[in-house]
Amino acid sequence: MSDTIKNVKLADMPAYELVKAGTGGCAGCPSPMGLRIVGKALGPNSIMVMTPSCAVASIGVMPKSCYDVPVLNVCFASAGASAAGISMSLDAQLKNGALSGEKPTVFTWVGDGGTYDIGFQGISAAAERNDDFIHFCYNNEAYSNTGVQRSGATPKYAVTTTTPAGKESQKKNVPLLMLEQRIAYVATASLAYPLDFYRKVQKAKSIQGFKYIELHAPCGPGWKFASSDTVELARLAVKSGAWLLWEGEHGKLTLNAPTKQLAEGKMPCAELEEYLKLQGRFAHIMKSTEKAAAIEAMKSEIRREMDFMLGREKL
Amino acid sequence: MNNLPINPLSCATEGAGGPTGTWRSHRPVIDPAKCTGCLLCWIWCPEGVIAKEDRSINYDYCKGCGLCAKECPAHAITMIKEADHE
Ligand SMILES: Cc1ncc(C[n+]2csc(CCOP(=O)(O)OP(=O)(O)O)c2C)c(N)n1
Ligand code: SF4
Ligand code: SF4
Ligand SMILES: [Mg+2]
Repeated sequence: MSDTIKNVKLADMPAYELVKAGTGGCAGCPSPMGLRIVGKALGPNSIMVMTPSCAVASIGVMPKSCYDVPVLNVCFASAGASAAGISMSLDAQLKNGALSGEKPTVFTWVGDGGTYDIGFQGISAAAERNDDFIHFCYNNEAYSNTGVQRSGATPKYAVTTTTPAGKESQKKNVPLLMLEQRIAYVATASLAYPLDFYRKVQKAKSIQGFKYIELHAPCGPGWKFASSDTVELARLAVKSGAWLLWEGEHGKLTLNAPTKQLAEGKMPCAELEEYLKLQGRFAHIMKSTEKAAAIEAMKSEIRREMDFMLGREKL
Repeated sequence: MNNLPINPLSCATEGAGGPTGTWRSHRPVIDPAKCTGCLLCWIWCPEGVIAKEDRSINYDYCKGCGLCAKECPAHAITMIKEADHE
């Protein structure tokens, strides 16, 4: 249930809808769910850059689009370069008088495939140049739109069409790379904590320079769970420690609730098995004789990451 | 050639992905007497078809994902089989 949100002030969020109803996304899709909150935080004076993904496939059929702001769908490797170019061009036009008023917020909405793997160099370069835009990675932990291939964000053990026996390697940690790049602002977020996500997007909007926000985005068809369970999966990921909530400004790290309390042992973690057993992509583990060992290995990875982040927070 | 659109840009429009309400096997029905107005269904509906003001649902595009019924803390939303509705 919704014990993740206390004293909700959802009423303060604007009614503005960036996503028009009747998208091409699957029932229960995390992408429009996240984008609706992004729209409420950024407002309509925004420009969105996308790369091939479910979010692009969801747009609908020309001449209709489900997105209420100008959208550029660019080639996979170039989200970072394209968003940087748009932002620089706006700066130039504001300077020479071709444009006036508030600068539109330039942001990307890119999958984990487009962020962790194919688009990484362009995003990393924009981070290093401190280009003025927000990069959003909605992380559904696979190349969902092309039929669920493994990506650099797919967790170990998960079955995808290219890891039929379960993935053997650990996932990358791109948010941590961004933290160590000491960019203007970096945050992780969860669909189960919409107010935390909203606050982080608003904060990113208020900061000049390169911002990176990664939203954990459980995908029913990709992870094999029911369409009604998207938020439940997002919540269990945070409560079990499989997904950590934190933010960093110029390298200064802050762990957010409830990750902080879980990491400090002030609150017990939810059983990881509760999270795993709802997902068909881990069913082979649940049925295997190695189940206990695999879950132990996953838990010790979580403990290691929590200890690492607690130590990193002191820097 | 003359029938080509002058402007090659798309416009933000409801139903860009088609009449997605037809995807539904079950429809969410809200009991206004039980609804506390917490707005959780409003913020979590992936399609944004639940109205912020009165939680009325736009069935033209509701895909029947069942998320609103699952997450409603007041259990005010029930999923009813489409054929059994009316
Ligand atoms: C250069 C290039 N390689 C491959 C593709 C095919 N392709 C289209 S969408 C997609 C999956 C993208 O995965 P991700 O970025 O994680 O977004 P998701 O589909 O999961 O939302 C792929 C591989 C492409 N369009 N361009
Ligand atoms: S496959 Fe997953 S990410 Fe893609 S549209 Fe469906 S639910 Fe959304
Ligand atoms: S069933 Fe899904 S699409 Fe329909 S109103 Fe509920 S959350 Fe929205
Ligand atoms: Mg993906």
